[in-house]
Amino acid sequence: MTAFAMNDDHDNPYALLGDDHDDGHRWAFGTGFTDPLEGIDTTVPAGLDAGALARYCLALGDDALIYSHRLQEWVTHMPELEEETAIANIALDLLGQARMLLARAGGILGQTEDQLAFFRAEKDFRNVRLAEHADADFAELVGRLLIFSAWRLALFAELSAAPDPVLAAIAAKGVNELTYHRDYAAQWVVRLGDGTEESHDRMQRALGTLWPLTGELFRPDADAVASADPGAVTVPAFMGVIDTVLAAAGLERPDAVSPPAVAGRTGRDGVHTEAMGYILAELQSVARANPDATW
Amino acid sequence: MTEPQWPLYEVFLRGKRGLNHVHVGSLHAADPEMALRHARDLYTRRNEGVSIWVVRASDITASSPDEKDPFFKPSGDKVYRHPTFYEIPDDVPHM
Repeated sequence: MTAFAMNDDHDNPYALLGDDHDDGHRWAFGTGFTDPLEGIDTTVPAGLDAGALARYCLALGDDALIYSHRLQEWVTHMPELEEETAIANIALDLLGQARMLLARAGGILGQTEDQLAFFRAEKDFRNVRLAEHADADFAELVGRLLIFSAWRLALFAELSAAPDPVLAAIAAKGVNELTYHRDYAAQWVVRLGDGTEESHDRMQRALGTLWPLTGELFRPDADAVASADPGAVTVPAFMGVIDTVLAAAGLERPDAVSPPAVAGRTGRDGVHTEAMGYILAELQSVARANPDATW
Repeated sequence: MTEPQWPLYEVFLRGKRGLNHVHVGSLHAADPEMALRHARDLYTRRNEGVSIWVVRASDITASSPDEKDPFFKPSGDKVYRHPTFYEIPDDVPHM
């Protein structure tokens, strides 16, 4: 930005676009990794269970962190450069949400966001298993993103009125991001579903693979700290969106939903699929090898 | 590499303080809707724009470099076409 602003060359299109951006909120790589909640009053409102709030923020933060990692894995593997940038943008949005939510949880638990992200064991991660699923192909990538973003958007819309003002603000900020993620995913699901016979079949197959993981999204959450358990409220909103997109795409919603709980426990309880260990190994290895490193 | 490519689209952005759309680059997309989303992802990452236009590159008719002189030279010595000989009132915007 500074380089552009100092450049008087009128052939530079960016110089003509104006420079009244939100100064101070952008950073180049290696700078600006300060507390994402800096300057915000993080006092937990009286009457709110701080432990439950921390656990709930941890769960929502872990969803974003692990999903973001899965999306980052697609970078350099996407079929088109333009799509790769789109996926990287979405991964960055989710990473931003993860930072704020982990910082909110960490502030209560007395840990930093980095300690929570890089030095927790698998059983302490609270993300839903949908977030850790490895996409086998592009159809699974966009199908999973549609399910995840439609669910998270419905949830964040509810949480924008959460009694904790910090969680409410994080959710409200996320609504715009998630609206775009859902739009991006829905566009592709319709394209593939309504495309060739091959693309339709693979999109339908992807939905069949992913759908069993949706049951877990709506399990009652003991730590949900909104006035009502937002999970219950989001089911009709979620289903409405999914049915609209699938109808436009000429796809069928798989009807066999069997939440694959392990002795009644799911991702929120720290029970994960085999994939989770590999994700954490890659995600955490650098920080664990250099625990005192700063950047 | 020999696969057929998506067509090329040219991208125009209008900034917050800009009055008109400015050409910022091009991208590949299957159709205009996809081009609009790609433009959002490629060209507005740093909060540059408030409005995006996309147009298929093949739909643009451009002047040819070979015709540069007959096209543009004749206006070079006609200073009377430049409205520089009168004062613009302060309350006339965007001049």
